[in-house]
Amino acid sequence: MIAARRQFLKTGLAGSLLLGCAGWLNAAGARPLSDAEREMLGALTNALLDGALPTDLAARRRLIAVTIDGIAVEIAGLSLASQKEIGELFGLLVLAPGRRFLAGVSKPWREAAAGDVLEFLQAWRSSRLSLLQSAYAALHDLTFGAWYARPDTWEAIGYPGPPRGYF
Amino acid sequence: MQDPIKAGLAAGWKHIDASLLARDLSVEADVVIVGSGAGGGVTADILSDAGLHVVLVEEGPLRSSSDFRMREADAYPELYQESASRKTADKAINILQGRCVGGSTTVNWTSSFRTPPEVFDYWQRQFGLRQLSVESMSSWFAVMEHKLRVRAWDTPPNANNKVLAAGAEKLGIPIGAIKRNVKGCWNLGYCGMGCPTNAKQSMLLTTIPAALQRGASLITRLRAERLRFAGSRVTALDGVALQADGLHPSGRRVLLRARHFVIAGGAIGSPALLLRSGVPDPQRLLGKRTFLHPVLISSALMPERVDAYAGAPQSIYTDHFLHQAPIDGPLGFKLETPPLHPVLYATTLQGFGETHVKLMREFTNVNVLLALLRDGFHPESRGGQVRLGSDGLPVLDYPLGDVIWEAARRALLAMAEIQFAAGARWVTPVHETAPGYSSWAEARTGIAELPLKPLLCRVVSAHVMGGCGMADTPQRGVVDHRGRHFWLGNLSVHDGSVFPTSLGANPQLSIYGLVARNASLLAAELSGRPLPAIL
Repeated sequence: MIAARRQFLKTGLAGSLLLGCAGWLNAAGARPLSDAEREMLGALTNALLDGALPTDLAARRRLIAVTIDGIAVEIAGLSLASQKEIGELFGLLVLAPGRRFLAGVSKPWREAAAGDVLEFLQAWRSSRLSLLQSAYAALHDLTFGAWYARPDTWEAIGYPGPPRGYF
Repeated sequence: MQDPIKAGLAAGWKHIDASLLARDLSVEADVVIVGSGAGGGVTADILSDAGLHVVLVEEGPLRSSSDFRMREADAYPELYQESASRKTADKAINILQGRCVGGSTTVNWTSSFRTPPEVFDYWQRQFGLRQLSVESMSSWFAVMEHKLRVRAWDTPPNANNKVLAAGAEKLGIPIGAIKRNVKGCWNLGYCGMGCPTNAKQSMLLTTIPAALQRGASLITRLRAERLRFAGSRVTALDGVALQADGLHPSGRRVLLRARHFVIAGGAIGSPALLLRSGVPDPQRLLGKRTFLHPVLISSALMPERVDAYAGAPQSIYTDHFLHQAPIDGPLGFKLETPPLHPVLYATTLQGFGETHVKLMREFTNVNVLLALLRDGFHPESRGGQVRLGSDGLPVLDYPLGDVIWEAARRALLAMAEIQFAAGARWVTPVHETAPGYSSWAEARTGIAELPLKPLLCRVVSAHVMGGCGMADTPQRGVVDHRGRHFWLGNLSVHDGSVFPTSLGANPQLSIYGLVARNASLLAAELSGRPLPAIL
């Protein structure tokens, strides 16, 4: 992880170039998530929600897909400036150089080892670059927001949901 | 459950949803008010009562009790700025701010405090605001407390607030009970998602219906883009209609002309509108000294159920830590509790994977305390600055410097000690590297060594103040004690942006009281009627 962190610092300049490129690619603004973005988010939510997601593979895949749909809805409710920033972040992560050099994940997202994804999240979380730290925070908030917005996740935490039958 | 807003609309209240406009619109009124929150609502009520025709402009949607379904997934995108995830420029502070008819008063937690006496004293000393004092303001607070049913809350506090009470009592820390602006409250705990029972006496339920009943007009989904001015007078406001998503311009425009313009868009929106408009600002004060009451968070696992989602969210507080040093010394803080709902808690809580899940499984046993830092008094606590982004919309820079972090550490320690005193079995500051602690002794050592930095330590805010600060002269203020702009004769600012510091208390009642005074002065001037008796 320390080696990976060092790499992020070195790739700072390349990263900002990539960001510019990704920003240009997404200058059009809000749009539906691409297949590549869904694959990337699939790998990330799989790690972030580990423990909350079921272990049964088919059920897990289905709930990851539902969570990604929820993330898309959340993004559409952000300011246009934030949507553009998220678009840049996602655009960067789905490009192979971004994934490899900034995230330190060598294989394509769909084949990435869970351990590599975990290491990437931890590295960004504790990065000395505030850009990467805030990108981790955005992924964290979008994922947990999408997950716990759904009533079917409430039973596991003992939340009964809003009062019913009063109205 | 009756929905008084839907009933009023059916009875003929004038409401235009600008997202539905088929063509551009031109509107004339005596007074145009930008923003329908605490400042805009009170202003609309008082001016319309003086016989003036007012138009209220609101960027958010009109939603009311039958829309309030107590679900975070609906409430945050519908009722809050940026889906409740508005952030400072460096993303280190998350800001909760309403964006709907009623503004933050529609979604706040009903806590009502008068402006503290020491704050008036400081404003008199530092900003020459000799007209504003506990004595001169007391009638205005009383008027608004009466109107909005601000009174002691007699129902026992919920278990989340009881933790604060019990821990403080054990440690000999005095606590107080929070007054609330509610009428027939059901004690449900969903104030933050819009009151479904019409108990909260927000602007949505009180002043705005009163103004609409007198013939005022409300235009929603309209962004106030720019004030036009000639010489020392504002001549018109250019409005941009938004689509139903509240984000994209629809292409339709609304031009509003009036004798007087009142800006009440909140402490981020108001300075941004004035900056966009290029109003005179020779001292470059506009947007500066923006304060947030930066909030630190401490989460505890209690041995028994807390169910912090249920019951009045805030009923107990302590100001003990505001009074340990002079007001301009090391930052003091107010302690309160938040309501906990799954999205708000899960997104705020640090970590992921198994560690996050483990804490979420104990959701019903979680107590959370909040420490609101009193910023803006210490000479090095100069707050943040609102500037304009490339799209013309506001961006808030708020550097978190040493004076903030020094206070943050004291606040995290104080909260952990109270939580352990109340019987907590585990406490963690909301902080990316805090491992959590199982005793006060462990917490004391651990928190003393925690690295406190932006994005590592969670900081949030629900109180935005300043940016159009008031003072006695244009050398140190944007507006005078009446909220009148120093350079443009028919322009007033009526919201929390006029506070020259933060308050050290939840701001709604401070805004209601000051704006009731200033709107009454304005009403007398514009209508030619005598000044109200209490002036």
